[in-house]
Amino acid sequence: MSTTERPVLQKKDYKSDQDVRWCPGCGDYSILNAVTGAFAKLQKQLHETVIVSGIGCSSRFPYYMETFGFHTIHGRAPAIATGVKVANPALDVWVVTGDGDAMSIGGNHFIHAMRRNVGLKILMFNNRIYGLTKGQYSPTSEQGKVTKSSPMGTVDYPFSPIALSLGAGGTFIARGVDVFGPHLEEMICRASAHQGTALLEIYQNCNIFNDGAYKTFTDKEVRDERTLAIEHGKPLLFGAQKDKGIAFDGNFKPYLVTGQDLGKAYVWDETAETPAPAMALATMSEAEFPVPIGVFRRREKPAFEAGVQAQVAAARAKKQGSLHELLHQGEIWDVK
Amino acid sequence: MDQATTTTTFEKPIQDLDQVVIRFAGDSGDGMQLTGDQFTRTTALMGNDIATFPDFPAEIRAPAGTLPGVSAFQLRFSSFDIHTPGDAPDVLVVMNPAALKVHLKELKKDGVLILNTASFSALDLKKAKYEKDPRTDGSLAGWRVIEVDLEARTREALANSPLDSRGKDRCKNMYALGILYWMFHRDMEPTIKAIGQKFAKKPEIVDANLVAMRAGYAYAETTEIFQTAYRVPPAQLPPGTYRNIMGNQALGLGLVAGAQQAGLQLFLGSYPITPASDILHQLAAYKNLGVVTFQAEDEIAAVAAAIGAAYSGSLGLTTTSGPGLALKSEAIGLAVMAELPLVIVNVQRAGPSTGMPTKTQQADLLQAMFGRNGESPVAVLAANTPADAFEVGFEAVRIALQFMTPVIVLSDGYIANGSEPWRLPDIARLPAIPVQFAPPGKPGEKFMPYQRNPQTLARVWAKPGTPGLTHRIGGLEKADLTGNISYDAQNHQHMIDTRAQKIANIADAVAPATTLGPDHGDVLVLGWGSTRGAITSAVLQLQKQGHKISASFLRWLNPLPKNLGALMQNFKRVILPEMNKGQLCMLLRSKYLVDVESYSKVDGQPFKSQEILDYLTKALASPQGGAR
Repeated sequence: MSTTERPVLQKKDYKSDQDVRWCPGCGDYSILNAVTGAFAKLQKQLHETVIVSGIGCSSRFPYYMETFGFHTIHGRAPAIATGVKVANPALDVWVVTGDGDAMSIGGNHFIHAMRRNVGLKILMFNNRIYGLTKGQYSPTSEQGKVTKSSPMGTVDYPFSPIALSLGAGGTFIARGVDVFGPHLEEMICRASAHQGTALLEIYQNCNIFNDGAYKTFTDKEVRDERTLAIEHGKPLLFGAQKDKGIAFDGNFKPYLVTGQDLGKAYVWDETAETPAPAMALATMSEAEFPVPIGVFRRREKPAFEAGVQAQVAAARAKKQGSLHELLHQGEIWDVK
Repeated sequence: MDQATTTTTFEKPIQDLDQVVIRFAGDSGDGMQLTGDQFTRTTALMGNDIATFPDFPAEIRAPAGTLPGVSAFQLRFSSFDIHTPGDAPDVLVVMNPAALKVHLKELKKDGVLILNTASFSALDLKKAKYEKDPRTDGSLAGWRVIEVDLEARTREALANSPLDSRGKDRCKNMYALGILYWMFHRDMEPTIKAIGQKFAKKPEIVDANLVAMRAGYAYAETTEIFQTAYRVPPAQLPPGTYRNIMGNQALGLGLVAGAQQAGLQLFLGSYPITPASDILHQLAAYKNLGVVTFQAEDEIAAVAAAIGAAYSGSLGLTTTSGPGLALKSEAIGLAVMAELPLVIVNVQRAGPSTGMPTKTQQADLLQAMFGRNGESPVAVLAANTPADAFEVGFEAVRIALQFMTPVIVLSDGYIANGSEPWRLPDIARLPAIPVQFAPPGKPGEKFMPYQRNPQTLARVWAKPGTPGLTHRIGGLEKADLTGNISYDAQNHQHMIDTRAQKIANIADAVAPATTLGPDHGDVLVLGWGSTRGAITSAVLQLQKQGHKISASFLRWLNPLPKNLGALMQNFKRVILPEMNKGQLCMLLRSKYLVDVESYSKVDGQPFKSQEILDYLTKALASPQGGAR
């Protein structure tokens, strides 16, 4: 089908006929809205798009989209999606996962997808809780969190998914928030444009088991002071008047700058060779500093599936194999 | 080796034999596998029937000279059709006391023992836990012992070689090979060619190896200690083009051939595990046939990626061994639910847990059948010889595609690493495997991903990228036809019944069980997998003695062949040897209410034909169940 024949798709065309079954008020609704918005903006073709998910509330996502969808098993979505993408690189493959699915049971597949740079767009809904199993702590829950499975508070230290992805060699690492619709939509579009693995961590509110997890920086009244929207080529400034900034010392230890020192605010380079500034932002204290959102890192690197298929093409170009030749390899002899 | 001596043009007499069993044993660093492999290739090219059995330690390099470090390679070649690599060797070559200790008890009485005296120092004996030198305390009485200082002889032969003494010592296996080549009247040319190719970039190594081999040959020819040479005439194999093949190789080829005949990209997701890794290595080299291999981060990712590939329209394949199959269970359940074509190869090894990775067993049958949560039927079939693995791989692909189902192929370490001559199939006569993807959807029409072929019950295969076919599936129970999530009670019952019926329907698409011997009689010996060779030898012998005994070898284990129930009724007794605690026996008893007698063995070694012969002889002489 050539592009000229393709009908223009509306946002609603990306939604399936299935009733959405997330709890009323769940942050997932806004994410679904941002994804359909982004897909419509990008005019993605339904039949060329595959959404693979694991297990958890977030992983119901494919059922609500009118694309190809594969709701798989707990933690394995990146591995299954890798097979889809490597076997057919022409497909536009998305992974929808959560903090339990991707960071806990599927941690191994997650880091290896990042390491290989497979052309997957991973949307990780992070609500810092296990929702579908009704409220146990997750690997991103803050230490000391009291849940059904941690009545005296958790002893575990949490992961920073962004820092983990940086460590795993991720080539596109970004963060959005469920309630910042236009920003989230932009992040989805940017993830889509990336060759190789794109991780978009989406802070998402679970209004049943972890309500208000992010309200200290997402509520309207505090949003400007408590979030830092990072943008490529621009200094790290925040506040309603953009009168505060983040700078780094020689060891990439962050500190706040204001007034005359505002000029010291670090100018963000998402393509920086060293992951050090991104790591510094990903690990800075949520209590002391504003919470960064936006693109932490973007590096150009050949995608895994392209490399794999290039080897196959090179082998075939060198010498097209035949079954006859294959069977007659090595020492053969005839019996009359 | 007890046939008439004839006079020949050789200075030493040549004796004709119809078969010989040779075992090479030494340190895992002594090159025993290479020596055995060279002898095998040469012998295959000379037209004998041959069967091999390598037996190596799990350690890559266990401490030199110790008992756990002993590596062996047994081969049997003949002038007639053989089914196993033989039981007790006629000739045992041992490179050190440890090898002697491990293998001597198996050598036939009056057998030839070629012993490398270079490694019989007090320390060597101590490492092998010998208190006295077995050469002098009478413990070698009853065997024809030939002592050769292989190291000294090899160094002498290589006096002019630029290699250091360590490098020279490494050629001692070739010296031993030269001796055997003379003893068994073998042509040295194939090995000269093979060594030249293997070390093409190191001419000094090629030279040293070949000089050592020729020196060994000349030594045997001229020294008085070798009295006789032996000749095993070529076997009368059916006409055709042959190649010697190992089970893993044949299986890989069968899978590739299946994918080619189906016109599909073969996608292998795999994680290295003994003894299955060689299939990954092999397929990784077949990129020019469009094969894609993916070494995953773990067993689960390996099967998961294969499932993803199957979802997107390729033939999904994953290869593993028992512990890996355990890890893949949940994902295979997903493939059952999503009804995708997926081939899972399990090259079984001795378990449980890590078990004995380099030893063989058939104890994963029940795991293959039932090792998943819920009612989760899959097709299961097994290869029974190295060459049979080709057909089994091909058949697995055919059934996975025709029935849109995961298929588990069971092989085992014995088949995987054993070898035999394989008559190459006529490619023009390989059946085509038809694959029909769902055509593009019509506007306004809802695509039904669980629409089925009424005959097979296979669902349609909808390739992403095809317009009008978008749909959602997954591991949650689905409504029939639409694939939407459904918790409806009747639907769940219907879907479970349908998935079970679909697997049962495979029985219509596969060959019925056949028998070796008449299809009725006193005793039916059933076998599956690698027990075939040993059972065949034993049953043929008993048939010759006039017993009404037949054998049948089951390729399909799920579903079982349609005629199996009736076939068992044609015999008074059914006996089933298995390298497990009676797993197929249990299935047959429960399905057919037939009193199948289990003959179980789980020591990590394949059945010897003599063991089966003894068991069956005893069974034939006793009332039902009396042999137990």
